[in-house]
Amino acid sequence: MGYPENPILVVIDVDPAGGVASSTGALIGAASTIGAPVALIVGGNLGATDAAAIAGAQVVLTAPGDPAALTVPITDALQAAYRQVKPDAVLISNSIAGRDVAGRLAVREKLAVSVDAIGVTRDQEGIVAHHSVYGGSFLTNSAPTHGTPVITVRQGAVGARADAATATVEELQVPASGAVAAVAGEITAVEQASSRPELRGASKVVSGGRGLGSKEQFVLVEQLADALGAAIGGSRAAVDAGYIPYAHQVGQTGVSVSPQLYVAVGISGAIQHRAGMQTAKTIVAINKDGEAPIFDIADFGIEGDLFAVVPQIIEALEARKK
Amino acid sequence: MKIYVLVKEVPDTYGDRKLDPETGLTDRATGDVVLDEITERALEVALCYADENPDTDVVALSMSPGSATASVRRALAIGAASAVHIVDEDLRGADLGLTAETLAAAIRRGEPDLVIAGNLSTDGSGGMIPAMLAEHLGYVQATALSAVEIGANSVTGTRSADAGTQEVAAPLPAVISITEALPDARFPNLKNTMAAKKKPLEVLSLADLGVSADPAAAPRTILTAVSEKPPRAAGIKITNDGDAAGQLVEFLMQNKLV
Repeated sequence: MGYPENPILVVIDVDPAGGVASSTGALIGAASTIGAPVALIVGGNLGATDAAAIAGAQVVLTAPGDPAALTVPITDALQAAYRQVKPDAVLISNSIAGRDVAGRLAVREKLAVSVDAIGVTRDQEGIVAHHSVYGGSFLTNSAPTHGTPVITVRQGAVGARADAATATVEELQVPASGAVAAVAGEITAVEQASSRPELRGASKVVSGGRGLGSKEQFVLVEQLADALGAAIGGSRAAVDAGYIPYAHQVGQTGVSVSPQLYVAVGISGAIQHRAGMQTAKTIVAINKDGEAPIFDIADFGIEGDLFAVVPQIIEALEARKK
Repeated sequence: MKIYVLVKEVPDTYGDRKLDPETGLTDRATGDVVLDEITERALEVALCYADENPDTDVVALSMSPGSATASVRRALAIGAASAVHIVDEDLRGADLGLTAETLAAAIRRGEPDLVIAGNLSTDGSGGMIPAMLAEHLGYVQATALSAVEIGANSVTGTRSADAGTQEVAAPLPAVISITEALPDARFPNLKNTMAAKKKPLEVLSLADLGVSADPAAAPRTILTAVSEKPPRAAGIKITNDGDAAGQLVEFLMQNKLV
């Protein structure tokens, strides 16, 4: 079958149940700014195909997955899709699974790879990936010397969304590469799904640090997050102390966030933490140490006892809602 | 058992990190450089196995400028038995593709049973080299492990994947990457630091490895622009005298954040 002009091959993240992950809209949205999105769904359910079309995929390629084999089945499917579609670029989530697949495809097909793009554009010479480096201190652009670039896209970084499309659906024939895969067991969700927004890509984030003092008192961060409709994060100190699981760690290691609002509660603001949040639009800091470095980058800082201030903020926010 | 551990020298995250405004490459003259903490943890995984299995050969492998010898020596002081340091002027600014090709060539020479890397470096944060090496070498890949058990014929562990955790098992030879959930490396004492000076440190060039950095040989990713963002300035700071919460909510309302 034929494919649209300037096809951009997008690898959709599929969750363990076979549905599309929340990254889909942004990936297809990014692709739509540089060409025609062609989605690849490996191991998805029927709803996944529809969801990709609603997100703007003009063509949806499907292939069966194998949840018990790590990375290789998706790589094989992506290689088959790449050869068939001959895209101008391949866009993949900058997730653990996404980076693995991107790296393997790049080696197999001898393609240039750009990692952790916060956006993509097209100029006369081709497709350019935009990056935010060293915790947002520097912006860089990268491009391949020639050939199709494989680009992993930072989750939550792209605001563009495509209009819903009526997608052509095609079942892909995937020749097995024969590469040996690690045997993978069932995925256990780290925590129960909550009604709170996901940290990656959240528009508001409330993070707590060592200043909370205990896991019990960390509840205060959750209450403030709920009052603001925000996702929850933590500094490495809070994670190391066991106040909050690692999946919520914001910083150099852990998750990088760029929300509209970032509230740092009891976080001193070590340079490693700032590297993961200093690109937030508005930063609020609450800390009893007036010399804490977090105040150097805060748009609104409160020097004071968080155990006194935070309940008052929650109260004021609740009062406003009524 | 022969284990290769990938070790990387990076700018210290405790200091200012800069990119050269002309080349877009890391400015190595700005701040201190250190052995990346995550690669020290990777080394610790290998050394723990070697503690229990004395016939284990742990080799530290680094591709870095000639100036990084001290960092490579640190890997020896922590406990690697020998080290391979790939140094070549043509590797300046190498992209992920050339880096993976070069490291794979060095690993092929040593034919290890297991390659251990950190999941993400603190500078480039690419997180892609382990999978690329597995593809180059035909090894089995198991990335992002937060717990690792090395056996005689296989490596098993807990993978901290995107949607949750899962148990994985890979027959050897394999490439694994580990997360910072694994323990910090042992500290090199004076005795080990002295002994490290006598341990073998092989320096290899691209010619030794038969790898070409010629841009025509394969597509490479290049930097086409670099700019520094102005640092954030501090805004309003108040001391709580009872009304701070009210003032903050007022500020959030004015900025349409609530």
